[in-house]
Amino acid sequence: MHRLWTARRTVTAALAATLLGTVAAACGSSGTTSSSGASATASSVKKGLTVYYIPKDTQNPYEVIADQGGQTALKELGGKVVVSSGTADTAAAQIPSIQAAIQAHASAIVIAGNDPSALCPSLNQAAAAGIKIVAFDSDVNCGTSPSHLFINQANTQQIGTSEVDLLAKEIGSKGQIAILSAAASATNQNAWIVYMKQELKKYPNMKLVTTVYGNDDPATSLTVLQGLLSAYPNLRGIISPTTVGISTAAQYLDTHKSLLTHLTLTGLGLPSQMKTYVHDGTVKQFELWNPNNLGYLAGYAAAGLASGTTSLTTGSTFKGGKLGTYTVLAPAGATGPSVVLGPPTVFDVSNIDQFKF
Amino acid sequence: MSTAVITPTPTARPRRLESLLRARELGIALAIIVVFGLTTLNNHAFAHASSIQQLLTGAALIALLGVGETMVIVTRNVDLSVGSVVGLSAYIVGDLFKHHHQMPVVAGFAVAIGLGAAIGAINGLVTTVARVPSLVVTLAMLYIVRGIDGVIVNGTTIDPGSIPQAFITFGYRSLLGIPWLAIIVAVVVAAAGYAMRSFRWGRDLYAIGSNPDAAALAGIPSGRRVFTAFLVSGALAGLAGALFLAIHAQVDVTGGIGYELSVIAAVVVGGVAIFGGSGTVLGAALGALLLNTINQALVATKISSFWNEAIAGALLLAAIAFDRWLSLRVARNLRSAEGAHRDL
Amino acid sequence: MTSDVATRTPGSRSDNVDGRRGRAALRGLLRWETALAGVLIATLIFGSSTSSTFLSSTNLFYIGLNMGEIAIMALPLTLIIITGEIDLSVASMLGLSGTVMGVLFSHGWPVWLAMAAALVVGALGGTLNGVLVAKLGLPSIAVTIGTLTLFRGIAEILLAPRTITGFPPSLTKIGVAPVPGTQVAYSAAIFLILAVIAGIVLHAAPLGRALVAIGLQREAAQFAGIRVNRIKFWLFVLSGVMCAFAGILFTLKNASVSYDAGTGLELNVVAIVLFGGVSIFGGRGTVVGVVLSVAIVGCLTQALTQRNVQPEVQNIILGVLLLISVVIPNGGEAIRRIRDRARRRA
Repeated sequence: MHRLWTARRTVTAALAATLLGTVAAACGSSGTTSSSGASATASSVKKGLTVYYIPKDTQNPYEVIADQGGQTALKELGGKVVVSSGTADTAAAQIPSIQAAIQAHASAIVIAGNDPSALCPSLNQAAAAGIKIVAFDSDVNCGTSPSHLFINQANTQQIGTSEVDLLAKEIGSKGQIAILSAAASATNQNAWIVYMKQELKKYPNMKLVTTVYGNDDPATSLTVLQGLLSAYPNLRGIISPTTVGISTAAQYLDTHKSLLTHLTLTGLGLPSQMKTYVHDGTVKQFELWNPNNLGYLAGYAAAGLASGTTSLTTGSTFKGGKLGTYTVLAPAGATGPSVVLGPPTVFDVSNIDQFKF
Repeated sequence: MSTAVITPTPTARPRRLESLLRARELGIALAIIVVFGLTTLNNHAFAHASSIQQLLTGAALIALLGVGETMVIVTRNVDLSVGSVVGLSAYIVGDLFKHHHQMPVVAGFAVAIGLGAAIGAINGLVTTVARVPSLVVTLAMLYIVRGIDGVIVNGTTIDPGSIPQAFITFGYRSLLGIPWLAIIVAVVVAAAGYAMRSFRWGRDLYAIGSNPDAAALAGIPSGRRVFTAFLVSGALAGLAGALFLAIHAQVDVTGGIGYELSVIAAVVVGGVAIFGGSGTVLGAALGALLLNTINQALVATKISSFWNEAIAGALLLAAIAFDRWLSLRVARNLRSAEGAHRDL
Repeated sequence: MTSDVATRTPGSRSDNVDGRRGRAALRGLLRWETALAGVLIATLIFGSSTSSTFLSSTNLFYIGLNMGEIAIMALPLTLIIITGEIDLSVASMLGLSGTVMGVLFSHGWPVWLAMAAALVVGALGGTLNGVLVAKLGLPSIAVTIGTLTLFRGIAEILLAPRTITGFPPSLTKIGVAPVPGTQVAYSAAIFLILAVIAGIVLHAAPLGRALVAIGLQREAAQFAGIRVNRIKFWLFVLSGVMCAFAGILFTLKNASVSYDAGTGLELNVVAIVLFGGVSIFGGRGTVVGVVLSVAIVGCLTQALTQRNVQPEVQNIILGVLLLISVVIPNGGEAIRRIRDRARRRA
């Protein structure tokens, strides 16, 4: 009996050690070594920079494309990108990645915030360690602790107003509409919705009856959509400013075509996901921008900040690689210094096949 | 070594028990009708044919998972891995369709069921052979399967264009006004319910959950039976994954997340005792339907969707308390019927 | 002596149950804790092979910071599981208490008062669990799934979709600064103090023996005069209060709160407790094991993140560790059973 106990202990320890050893071996190739800063001339971007991209989670397809854009950008600049985040769309899942960036002496962090405020303490620590902070897709509201640059995919106000204008044109500026959003706490969603509500004042015959939250998850989005439809049978339009929401809604309308006689759907969607629906008429128009470009621009901004060639001063400019030159805009409201990627692109049947993302 | 199994002749007691249990399913059905009625009074559009179809399809996946979960819970175990299995099988079938557009629809379902059954078999083996508590095994599998799903998915999605139309029809088409989803679930519930009542191995599950020692002494092969329960639970989770794909026509890594708690809630509301030994698959399916009806009713009556969870939680607690009261009454009845011969 | 605790069924009788089983259990535990200590060392070696700064005080501060609240929630859960129950509402109570604190603070309440209110909410939630499980005798797994949903739902009603910020910097500094003079995060330090208390209670106080007795053999414990229901009731209240406290720390650490704070963490906490050698059937487990488990999971996930191992792979590793942690202790018995059965057939 006594021998059995000892054997068991040895087996456990051996197994655990083997497991860790296997993990170490398997992960050897994905390990990160960092070297921030290398030779640089006064007015050009340093080589050998390491930028940590921290998306909302590692699986969000939109952000995966953006991260790829960042990798292209840093490769052009002779640096590299490390993508690190969690699986749940929470701030708590992103904090270990910020810590990893600090430990690895990264040059900059490019982050899409899951929460407007919960990341600020950790980001502030990173800034104190000399890491430059860039936010993209979803901003963080940290004031000046730390100061950071926000790469806005499009002018926030313009996203909100153009969404409403797009829908208004399709439904004749009359009727009940609803918003199918993502997570209730998502910074970008709430920012756009504020401007949507403002723009709606221009259309007195359109009424926003409710906002439902699909959490960027197809099953939840479908459930809240169905509830929406049963609660408001006279609904004329739905705006879904999230790629998951609009594709879920489009699939539902596609299989319940009778709804299309009185219901119009628009929002922000990925052309690759929406192609089928545009071609068969379920959705006439929607908009977005190229997420690859967003990540690419963020990469150049981060590298520029880390090299000292870009600054947060209003009016200063920097080169965004093949995208051209960008100007830093003044802080406004809760948003700090920011840069706008460009106007959103409207996709419809005439141009949707041109886009690969 | 074989043992003769004595089949007890039906007495008055089981019939009273049965009638009490049937009362439970009737009670849930009544609750559904009441909720439906109240909501329709508030919002007439709720009584539309499309609304009713939505009620059925919205509950379909959880009800399907509930059938398998019932079998497992009846044996005094639990399966927490079902949500992850749904996600993984949905994605794998979707990926197969994406790369092999000619694959027949039947093959898609077969792959999903097979994959689910394989994971269920692992759960069953580790629980029965290694005698590991099922809560721990299936919790670990929840993490592992979700992790494998994440590695395979790798940031991509399955887009609607990749899925053949013939497959998607199961997600939304109806036959004579009844959605295919509801028909599939009804068939599974009927088959499982019949098996649980009339087949030897089905009744064995109840015996194992009621009193594992007595079941072992009576010669019931507990290990094999529990393994089968997990196998079925996994297979049904795989099927639910295929149907998930048909309903949404798109999958990413979030498929099925959180389903395990919803299923357990539905099953408990449906009258399945968490300590095993009683409950029916019909009750579980009705429980899923009731919870979904309430969810949709809340939105239809324009009560803010923020209230959904709190109401669901309160309802679950009420169902558990009611169940306890019911079983106490049954126990009292049994004791009074048996007089001094207590063998509890 | 060969009785397997895992196949113990209620109602079986044997003499000197507590004594013999207790001693055998203690022996079995020491093995598990030793194994955990070995795994911890291996993890630290693995971590420092990734980065030279892994064992630095800053990094250890981070690990403590990340794990603090989860670790605090694991302590009452350990005691509850030892008595044969479970509390899955821990993370939802963390979210609800943080929400209450935030909402009251945003309405102008002084922050200390808001924190006290959050603790009261924790006590109330724990009381609900305690009444349902201990007084009414309802199954704790089902009840706490219900309260998990209910608490999260109440938090949602109170706060969604807003986020509360603006907590006093003197308090939110616990998220960035360690305890002065050390490099230990505040929440980690609090956890360690609480762990010592829990350890003393469990292993040296009569109450601890009572908990083990309840978990091993509920009826025998009752007949021995242990107030089973009362103890269980107060354990749930304790769990509510401690999870509320964890919620306060979590809120201050993040300098903000939204209704979905801590969603999904309950499974992490359960996994950590089980990995620490606490048996899900009750009657077996040590605080030392849970502390080691917290340390291992904290260090391992930190090391893997710094190696940029995908979080999905991290989940697989955690799941496998959990599985191993139960298969190994039972595996020896299983192999023996199979051998015996084969020998009998032959």
